[in-house]
Amino acid sequence: MKLTVWTYEGPPHVGAIRVATAMEGMHLVLHSPQGDSYADLLFTMIERRDRRPPVTYTTFQARDLGTDTAELFQSACRESYERFRPEALLVGASCTAELIQDDPGGLTEAMDLPIPVIPLELPSYQRKECFGADETFFQIVRKLAKPVPRSERVSCNILGPTALGFRHRDDVTEVERLLADLGIEVNVVAPLGASPSDITQLGAAHFNVLLYPETAETACRWLERDLGQPWTRVVPIGVGATRDFVAEVAALAGIAAPAGDPSNLRLPWWSRSVDSTYLTGKRVFIFGDATHAMAAARIARDEIGFEVVGLGCYNREFARPLRKAAAGYGVEALVTDDYLEVEAAIARAQPELILGTQMERHIGKRLGIPCAVISAPVHVQDFPARYSPQMGWEGANVIFDTWVHPLLMGLEEHLLHMFREDFEFHDAAGASHHANTRAAEGAGATANPEAPADTNVIWLEEAERELKKVPFFVRGKARRNTERFASDLGISTITVETLYEAKAHYAR
Amino acid sequence: MTQATPLLQSPGCRSVEVLHERGQHEVFCGLTGIIWLHRKMQDAFFLVVGSRTCAHLLQSAAGVMIFAEPRFGTAILEEGDLAGMGDLNDALDREVAQLMDRRPDIRQLFLVGSCPSEVIKFDLERAAQRLSARLAPRVRVLSFSGSGLETTFTEGEDACLAAMVPVLETSDERQLLVAGALPDVVEDQLTGLLADLGVAPVRVLPARRAGDAVTVGPNTVVLLAQPFLNTTADALARRGATILESPFPFGEEGTTGWLWAAAQAFGVSAEHFEAVTAPARARARRAVLARAEELAGKRVFFLPDSQLEIPLARFLSRECGMTAIEVGVPYLNRRIMASELDLLPGGTRLAEGQDVERQLDRVRDDAPDLTVCGLGLANPLEAEGLATKWAIELVFTPVHGYEQAGDLAELFARPLRRRRRLAL
Repeated sequence: MKLTVWTYEGPPHVGAIRVATAMEGMHLVLHSPQGDSYADLLFTMIERRDRRPPVTYTTFQARDLGTDTAELFQSACRESYERFRPEALLVGASCTAELIQDDPGGLTEAMDLPIPVIPLELPSYQRKECFGADETFFQIVRKLAKPVPRSERVSCNILGPTALGFRHRDDVTEVERLLADLGIEVNVVAPLGASPSDITQLGAAHFNVLLYPETAETACRWLERDLGQPWTRVVPIGVGATRDFVAEVAALAGIAAPAGDPSNLRLPWWSRSVDSTYLTGKRVFIFGDATHAMAAARIARDEIGFEVVGLGCYNREFARPLRKAAAGYGVEALVTDDYLEVEAAIARAQPELILGTQMERHIGKRLGIPCAVISAPVHVQDFPARYSPQMGWEGANVIFDTWVHPLLMGLEEHLLHMFREDFEFHDAAGASHHANTRAAEGAGATANPEAPADTNVIWLEEAERELKKVPFFVRGKARRNTERFASDLGISTITVETLYEAKAHYAR
Repeated sequence: MTQATPLLQSPGCRSVEVLHERGQHEVFCGLTGIIWLHRKMQDAFFLVVGSRTCAHLLQSAAGVMIFAEPRFGTAILEEGDLAGMGDLNDALDREVAQLMDRRPDIRQLFLVGSCPSEVIKFDLERAAQRLSARLAPRVRVLSFSGSGLETTFTEGEDACLAAMVPVLETSDERQLLVAGALPDVVEDQLTGLLADLGVAPVRVLPARRAGDAVTVGPNTVVLLAQPFLNTTADALARRGATILESPFPFGEEGTTGWLWAAAQAFGVSAEHFEAVTAPARARARRAVLARAEELAGKRVFFLPDSQLEIPLARFLSRECGMTAIEVGVPYLNRRIMASELDLLPGGTRLAEGQDVERQLDRVRDDAPDLTVCGLGLANPLEAEGLATKWAIELVFTPVHGYEQAGDLAELFARPLRRRRRLAL
């Protein structure tokens, strides 16, 4: 048993719904009690879909428990087939139905429906949403994909994009452009936009492009083994990764990779321009799903010049590659799905920028640290109307703008801060930027980064005043460092002198 | 006094045939009630014993509230917990002990049952007794079910309040008990009006804090502020209280009928009632009239959600001039709804339960001007060209009483106005 308020991932059947909703001509019958249909609103509201997810919930209630639920499941399957006439049917159970042990696979087998029926095992008490999506897509591919002749021209499949995926819609467009520039045809994109009959044609492709390992790696491995299709290991998020991806794809297609970057790639010049000098060595904490977190770390260090001070992910399926990546940046990996641990790690690291999920955005607000979103879970504003991929050349441009934007706000704060003694700008008046307003409101709250860590040392008033002159976004770190420096030396009162001694000490 | 005593409009819907359906329900489970109950009860913590799905539901329903250190959480059952019952109780005790260390401000703890906890037959009532003995007198521990197996959406509040009734102190005092969680501002308005009428003392269930004494006894008269409190009403009746029959306080007419029920029970004269309520009633009528222009003659279809559907259909048809084609409710308690059914114009189709696909077929056939439905259905119906009003807002927004009557009409008028306004 584990007490939680906030979860990074939903249960595995939500992953199954993400795959079913992504597809056309697929229907999912989910054995579940009344209320599980709440998941529909993730798709109709957060992703703003104009159709209901293709899911039928059997909606059993207390009075149905007993033998009735199996009959209920079968009639739901029959009625769904009659009404929607899907090309194939997915059947599975949510967490409660898993406990009552009706067997969706066995029950539908006895019904002899005239379409393929794909039973799903979704272990709700061990696994989570990403597993559910990956497993569902794998079962679909395993059931429907058959050996077919390879296409005449070099083609590939794009695998992994789903409903409710962070920027999946535009990533697909961007990667299709990358492939078109190389003269490579796209055979099938799946699950997003694919029908079961499209899945039967997967084998025509020469190789597979795996966009999101979280949702399609198992299917890729199976396709490699059973249909002989190699697959891409590089996820093209960031300039370097996109270059590597282009080279990898060219090698798989047996063609020459183009020399040089395209003219619409602006991140490299933006990053080299003098305006960006102040970004050098800014301390950044990165958390999200493993794929986006690892890609973000590479961009942060190599393409924008930040210092990575924390790297973590919530999906433990990818703990190993993430740990390896973290070691490469000289930081300890944080693999956890407990947001309180993430908050504590961020408070310890005192970064100047957080790259994370919706949750880290709120942690950032609470701690007064700027934040940009790089990974699901996300709210409605991160399913934007405008084109905003993360992948490819345009994705790199989008990322530069998105990450630097909150820092520019930080710089504005810094400038404002120099006039802090002015009547309009004193601390209690709050700032123009909400992050700092929150920090001011939260004074006294447990999460306040500026709260003294060690109550054994006393700040003299003059030192406290001097500390206030330090920009707000590094003030907490300055306070902590000074206190640690003081207690290491056995100093009990902090003077202005101590403050600057500590600054000199930590600058080494 | 004709306006204070609700007009009986023949034939009404009291004895109308109801369409019963079962099949897929597109509704929330009772756990959702926690979202507004924990705002109301300021020293209570709601601990759901359930699965990751339960936590995910609360997260999806609570939106940004989840980031504000809310007083609810889910003890997520893991594989190990399902193995043996003894471990389960130990595990719960451990989580509760940790929680109480972290939140010393908590005075009431609710263990909330879910579908998984019920299917494995985890006895939360016993657990609540055990923990109550351990944490007394600082914390009182109660349990109720918010599972989808047992409860639909607002029924979660009913189950919660009903769980509190047996432990209320007994009192023989002649008093009015208003049952149902209302936004503080609405509660203050309505209890203020009752005080002006001379109805006293007035107590409210749930109280804002555990220490606020709510009592019950044979001289207690209960006025239900919400239509979904069947179990709570039964529990109060078992303690000897009398449940007043009244419409629910939506719109000018509903609020007047509701207050009049209390006034009658406490011997308030019609003249005094008129004098106290007249200004607010005139204000409410004016505010509703301003929006009724946009609503009059329009046809509305309610899908089942909260139990508020019948009172709201009554308000929209009688005060705003709308026609209710179909009013769907999760379940129908004819006793509690009696006054409302009398007022609802005859010819309204009533449907209990849901088979969502068949009901949507009827929506499409009827082509209503406005469809009141859940968030899972709203955008898909809009995309089909139907104007919708999402129902959950009606539960979270202050809509009861005279001062909110205009706002209530506005909630329905706005989607229609928006459709006229957009040139797309």
